[in-house]
Amino acid sequence: MSAQEKTDFSIVNHSIPRRDGRVKVTGRAQYVADLKLIGMAYAKVLRSPYAHAKIISIDKTKAENHPGVYCVVTGFDLKGLNPYFGHAVKDHPLLAIDKVRYAGEPVAAVVAVDERTAFEALEFIDVKYEELKGIFTPQEALAKDAPLLHDRKFEAGALRGFEGEVSAGKGSNICQTHKIQWGDIDKAFKEAAAVIEGDYYFPMTYAYAMEPYVAIADVTDQGVNIYSSAQHPFMVRHDLKTVFNLPVSKVRLMVPFVGGGYGSKSYTKVEPLAAACSWKAKRPVKLQLTVEEAMLTTRSDDAYTWMRTAVDKNGKIIARQAKIMMNTGAYAENSPLVVEKSTNRCVGPYAIPNVLIENMSLYTNTVPASSYRGFGCAQVTLPGESQIDELAAKIGMDPYEFRQLNAAQPKQEFFPGMRPFDGTLKQDLETAAKSIGWGTPVPKGHGRTVACSGSDAGAYPLTSTAVRVHADGSVTIMTGSTELGQGSHTILPQIAAEELGIEYSEVNVVSSDTAITPYDRSTGASRTTTLMGSAVLEACQEAIQQMVVMAADVLKVKKEDIQVIKGGVRCGEAQLNWSQVISKFYALPDGEVIGRSYIRKSGRFAALPVFWETAATACELSVDEDTGKITVEKLATVGDVGLAINPALAEGQDIGAATMGLGIGLFEELVYEGSQLMNGSILDYRVPRFSDLPKEVELHLVQNRDGVGPYGAKGGGEASLNSMAANIANGVDKAVGVRIRQAPLTPERVWRAMREKKG
Amino acid sequence: MNLQFTLNGKPWKVDCEPADTLAEVLRNQLNLNGTKVSCEVQVCGACTVLVDNLPVSACTYLAYEARGKSVVTVEGLEKPDGTLHPIQQAFIDEFAFQCGFCTPGMILATKALLDENPKPTRDEIVHHMDGNICRCTGYVPIVNAINRAADMLAKEKGK
Repeated sequence: MSAQEKTDFSIVNHSIPRRDGRVKVTGRAQYVADLKLIGMAYAKVLRSPYAHAKIISIDKTKAENHPGVYCVVTGFDLKGLNPYFGHAVKDHPLLAIDKVRYAGEPVAAVVAVDERTAFEALEFIDVKYEELKGIFTPQEALAKDAPLLHDRKFEAGALRGFEGEVSAGKGSNICQTHKIQWGDIDKAFKEAAAVIEGDYYFPMTYAYAMEPYVAIADVTDQGVNIYSSAQHPFMVRHDLKTVFNLPVSKVRLMVPFVGGGYGSKSYTKVEPLAAACSWKAKRPVKLQLTVEEAMLTTRSDDAYTWMRTAVDKNGKIIARQAKIMMNTGAYAENSPLVVEKSTNRCVGPYAIPNVLIENMSLYTNTVPASSYRGFGCAQVTLPGESQIDELAAKIGMDPYEFRQLNAAQPKQEFFPGMRPFDGTLKQDLETAAKSIGWGTPVPKGHGRTVACSGSDAGAYPLTSTAVRVHADGSVTIMTGSTELGQGSHTILPQIAAEELGIEYSEVNVVSSDTAITPYDRSTGASRTTTLMGSAVLEACQEAIQQMVVMAADVLKVKKEDIQVIKGGVRCGEAQLNWSQVISKFYALPDGEVIGRSYIRKSGRFAALPVFWETAATACELSVDEDTGKITVEKLATVGDVGLAINPALAEGQDIGAATMGLGIGLFEELVYEGSQLMNGSILDYRVPRFSDLPKEVELHLVQNRDGVGPYGAKGGGEASLNSMAANIANGVDKAVGVRIRQAPLTPERVWRAMREKKG
Repeated sequence: MNLQFTLNGKPWKVDCEPADTLAEVLRNQLNLNGTKVSCEVQVCGACTVLVDNLPVSACTYLAYEARGKSVVTVEGLEKPDGTLHPIQQAFIDEFAFQCGFCTPGMILATKALLDENPKPTRDEIVHHMDGNICRCTGYVPIVNAINRAADMLAKEKGK
């Protein structure tokens, strides 16, 4: 029986407590911020006060003579390195070279005996700038007289396939364009029974992983060794390999526990600068950013979207068209992928016969934008799901029934050329709507909404792993997947214990050390359960096959005579558990068997996306008519996860994602005034707190085993975020009759809209 | 500057600078890394420790202010025999954390609440805990953990 058909689970599909529970509640869990190396120095960064300026000169003499300072590194000191990084295109200098492109860009780093000394010395660095005209919005970036942010072509990064598309160096500020098209848009809109059209804005947001970016680098002739808070150590390795022109074998990234990621720790951040500091200072260097500095490092892409959607007289959606402009900031980072994904995510999860989506991202003199939980999906789901509600109202249909009528069907190829839909959206929507009492009377001043999203998730299927079965029968999983809190250290052992028929407590995990753990492309795009989970399952099966051969050798029988049973093998009367097989094979109670697996774009992973990430969310909210303040009364999430390896962890992902989405719907927004970020601290950038918790919360999982992952599992953790801003916008419309096409829906925006309506 | 205080029930002496925060002394000098530092402006609660049973933000609390006082950090909750404090156990049982970075502060804020109010209502929990931010869990499981811990502590007391 294959894993996909197995039903009698003893460990998988159970809410087993987290493996990292005890270390995390006792303060013993180690994050990079907690690590110290012998002889370690500390770096602090001098940042540009200008958004766009030429660097005329840097005088660092006084800072270098400050007691306790080892050295000061500037863009003029990087000869011998290839100082540009970036996993899409290498457009990002590790320190500004000749030019700064956003206020807050690193210009110099001081390396000193301790952080305070390094910080004190920053003020002794004298930088002379010549200010240039800046551009801060996509519209300004496209203007005829706009200054050019990047004037040369860049080398490709680790993310192959974008170097030809990224437009940098082609004489404009367009970073990337992407387009999808099928059917006949013009004809469909001409024949439509009703059309909704509008302009939308989705704000810049900050993920606020509570552990800010941090790296400890030690660069010697032995290679580059780095402890980092990176989600994707193998992607960072690629950047360091090119910065230092080293073979992969000489770059080692090690990632212990990570204090929150949410996409914001995807790809390379502070590692090249920490490494350059170590290279110059000739000692290990720790570079730990503050939260304020982290806010000047990465944000999400804000998006300006024009969208229109059409229905026929039967309530079937017949067309959708959108033009999107995304603000990628000073450097490309992951925005080329965000552009591609947000383009695709304008469609799902509806079956729409005529589609035209045109998207572009633009360089501006703002903090670089990159991935953020959901990869561009929330940006386009605000317009998409707003229009679904507006269209339903226009044709007099219940918005829930309207969604049911248009939802992609299981196995339907609703997106030409992509994997057929592998979710059950109708069931998801029904569960969500029922949870908040859909169809029962709504209290006055309240609004009820249901919404959904569909993401082409899972990133790229390239994952390998090794599962070591030791002579005592215990197991170590070697995984390149990073424990960000999502629970990879719990669910991967659950899968191994299930497959090998051993106790969960016998399985340990070593993760994210590029010198030791086999290659895994990334810990993002909700891919770990599906891809690394499959890799662990297959590696266990491969270890079993090896142990069958060993058992045959030990028992002096043919391997065909060996039968695999729970936790070992049987041959006639003889039974051996794994420990006995290995010990007898080596004739000592020592040694091991290494099961391996290599997942690639082949077999059941040949079609992309790896899976469609789908969730339905539902809300009931009320609006204070005097202040415009929104209160979320009820929230329901429904994760369409195929099979939850650990249901409590899967539900935890959904409520966590939905809460982040609520924050964006209600108050989260990075605000620029001219060249400066105005709310770049947690004092001014408000994230959800206990008091924002909805009064009633229901969490549901739909488990139809329709994913390609282990036992029919597929990923979750992003989808419940994606539709939340739309829920808030739709809920406000229902509650007080004003349509707001911008997030967040702050009390002021809601109050102004209500006042405008009253006239 | 010499500083004496009680740390997790034991007397301690440290030599520190007047400008050192309690978080710096705990983390850098005493290697008690359980106290996490995030916002550094007394907003997020990650660095919460107890000083004379009251929750303070160690990121902005000068170490000097702790002189002669009793400081409890997350490392001080587990019993010597390895038994977890009921609040710690409740956080594990209710899946009340993911990345774990806010957890030590969250647990100590909970302890301050339950020491003062052993059976808090939902509104009292929300009010008391509003100075502690969690970005992973959406707070729902933390509220559940606080309720569970209150029940466990009540049972312990009843024995």
